[in-house]
Formats: sequence, structure tokens, C-alpha cells
Amino acid sequence: MSEYLNEGTIILTTEPSVYSYAAAGGKMEGDGPLGSCFDYISQESDFGESTWEKSESRLQQLAFSHALSKGGISEGELSFIFAGDLQNQCTGSAYGIRDTGIPFIGLYGACSTMAESLVLASIFVDNNAAEYCAALTSSHFCSAERQFRFPETYGGQRTPTAQWTVTGSGCAIVGKHNNPPYIKGVTIGKIVDLGIKDANNMGAAMAPAAYETIKSYLKVQKKTVNDFDLILTGDLGSVGSEILYELFRKDGVDISTVHNDCGLMIYDFEKQDVHAGGSGCGCSASVLCGHILERVKKGELKNVLFAATGALMSTTVVQQGESIPGISHAVHISCE
Amino acid sequence: MKLTEKEYSYLTKKISPDTKYYKTLPTAFIIGGLICCIGQAIGDLYKYLGINETDTGTLTSITLVFLSAFLTGAGIYGRIAKSAGAGTLVPITGFANAVVSPALEFKTEGYILGVGAKIFIIAGPVIVYGLAASVIYGVILYITQLF
Repeated sequence: MSEYLNEGTIILTTEPSVYSYAAAGGKMEGDGPLGSCFDYISQESDFGESTWEKSESRLQQLAFSHALSKGGISEGELSFIFAGDLQNQCTGSAYGIRDTGIPFIGLYGACSTMAESLVLASIFVDNNAAEYCAALTSSHFCSAERQFRFPETYGGQRTPTAQWTVTGSGCAIVGKHNNPPYIKGVTIGKIVDLGIKDANNMGAAMAPAAYETIKSYLKVQKKTVNDFDLILTGDLGSVGSEILYELFRKDGVDISTVHNDCGLMIYDFEKQDVHAGGSGCGCSASVLCGHILERVKKGELKNVLFAATGALMSTTVVQQGESIPGISHAVHISCE
Repeated sequence: MKLTEKEYSYLTKKISPDTKYYKTLPTAFIIGGLICCIGQAIGDLYKYLGINETDTGTLTSITLVFLSAFLTGAGIYGRIAKSAGAGTLVPITGFANAVVSPALEFKTEGYILGVGAKIFIIAGPVIVYGLAASVIYGVILYITQLF
């Protein structure tokens, strides 16, 4: 049974297991340093589909089907799917899994959705509300660009703080099992807005939310940063990560020794022109499901605090001059 | 530690890297200048072929717009623009790219609600305020010529 502690933090007493996981990505992600960790890489950015929206749905299907087959379980054994993406009304997810017939809970937490879906899937399993649940998210560079920024062929320049939306999807199947990785606890983050209005500096908009959520989990669980092998934020990129270090430094804590960011890990900063790093729901999803969970399973990482981060904005409200609210949810993943 | 919005804004500015103007400005100047030189060469070629001054101007613009549209479709213009910035944005080729790229992008939503409705999504403001400015200019010119 789950037990609520404080500040959005819940401990999961039965410690549900991430039973199976898989990641799918595009060519650029395949060419990155984690390319070999993906279960599926498409050399074509359209994934053989006629629209970018369909491509993203296809991408989700690929991550989902690989996760199922790796775990050796059938669609029928899943009680719920928690899924989300960046497309308006989360159509990437809805259209991706509409043929499965599995009860579906659509989520929107911007780029924090992987943590959000993993939080909910784990709580459901922990409370016997489900036997197996899938947590699934995706983003596609082209479907995001046309919705949030410019057409793909438009000749524009990005600012140095801008991030590159990852074409990727990750799926984690959570169930009660005696195999690591286990989910020990979660913190559901609060919305934090420190007045950043620059939609090209998402790292800065989200860093305070990551700081608050990580701090809450450590405080409530009476842990320090050194209790973790890795504190993994979602997509703060180079700018947001630096800001996060600075925020912790002001508390006298050096988080930089155990911190990494999915947006910093997925691309090669020297060879791939991604400015401040990767972003998107698929960034943290594919790094977590393609790389990190496997390392926890093998025992290479013992305790990981996965804190995906999201900027809860739309182009409409940003054009109206609103600042960008950030959010971050944390999941404590352990091999013990 | 809680930061105020002002303190956080200061921290963000301190950490966020600035555009490297020493690199971007010369690149924009060189590539933008090169496009203008190509335009001049095309104009000279039309003149050499015996076409009069007015038609040469029109034909040069049409040729540059065609080249830009073609390179946009081939996915090359965007790649040049990544380094060139204003160098590819300011000349007439930039305007062509701003019209052709949404036309290609939104084809998937159909020719009416996609291409038709969204073709001027980037160039629209240029057309609107360009026209408005020309009307104001015309009125000023008319008034000054009264005296």
C-alpha cells in the first residue's frame, strides 16, 4: 500500500518492479552516444508514415510493442496504459494505442510526462489497483516543431539556450515482481514559476521545479544527494543543469557530482548541433527506458532519483506574455 | 533557498550563453552579400541578353524566388540559413522561404485548411505591415507634394 508522507511524497511499500522496458528513436538519436541502447532506431524520420503525427504514434507503438515482447507479456495482461506526449490533446498517444483495447489514461505533463506516468503506474500497482501497467510517452522533433515553432524547412536560427526535441519514445511496464528495478517512492511536484518568459530557454523555466521536487524528496525521505548514484533530471539541458547546481549551491549542497540530465546524455554536443541539449517527453523516456533502467537492473546503479521536468506552456499563452510554469515529478528507482 | 523573480532572472542571465555575434554577424554579412552578388550577376546576365532595365529587375527577383523555393523544397535553404541567419532572411530569398516552407509543411492538412490557410503564417506580418507602411508613406508623400 502507498503511504503519503509530506510535500507530495509517497512511499510505495510493496516496491513495484519495472518489469520490462524499451525505447525507440530516430536516426539522430541513433547517432548519439546512447544509440546502441535503443531497442529500435528508424533511419527515416517519418517512420514510414504519411504525417508527422502518425510518425509519432508509430514511434509509441514501437516502444510499447518492444517492451511487451521483451517482458514476454501480452497486451491482455495490462490493466491500464498511462501515456502522454506533446501534441495538442495528446493525440500522439491516443492514436498510437487506440487499437489495443487496453483501458487508457491520457496524461499531459509536458516533458515531465514519463515521470508522471511512471508515478501513477507504480501507485496503481502498489495498491493492487492493477497487476501490470504501462507507462508510455513520446515526442517527435517534426510534430513538435510544427506545433510549437516553425515549419521544418523554414530557414531560422535558434538561440544558444534553445533545445532540440528528441524523436523518441520510452515504455516501462510496471508490475509486482521480485526483479529489480524497484520503485521505492515518488514525489509529485508542484508548479513552480519564477517568471521566465523566454520559450527558447526551457531549461531556465524548469530548473526551479526540479530543484523543489528533488529537495522535497530528499527532505521527506531524510536522504542526502550522496545516497544516490545518480540524480537524473529530464531535459534541463546545459543551461538548466547549471542553474540547478547553482540553486543547490545556495543551500550548501553540491549536486553536480551525482547529477546528470537526459538532455545532456542523448546527443553528442561536439558532433550534433543541439545547442543546449535534448528535450521533449521522448528525451527522458528513451534515456530512462533505453539506458538507465538496464543499468539499475544490472546493479551498476543502485539508487537513482529520476526527476523528469516539464514546461507547462502553450504558444498561445507565451505570445500573450505569460511566464512559463515548470513542473517536475521524481521517482526513486532502486536495485535493492 | 527561495529566490525572488528578480534574483532568478539575474541568475538565468548570468548562466545562459549569449549569441556569438563575432561569429554570426560576419557569416550573415558574407552569405547575405553573396546572395546579393548572385542577384547582380543574374541581373547582368539578363541585361547582356538584351532585356530592358525594368524587366531585368522583375526577372532577377523571379529567378531568386524560384531558386529559394527550389532549395527550400530540397531541404537545403534551411541548412544554409542555420549558419547565415539574417544573411538568408533579409534578401528576397528569405521571403520566398518563409512562404514555401509552411506551404510544404501544412500540405498534410489539405490544400484549403492546410496550404491555403497557413501559407502566410510566417510572411503574413511582413505583408500586413509592409502594406500598412507603404500606405502611410503614400499619404505622407501626397501631403508633402501639396506644397
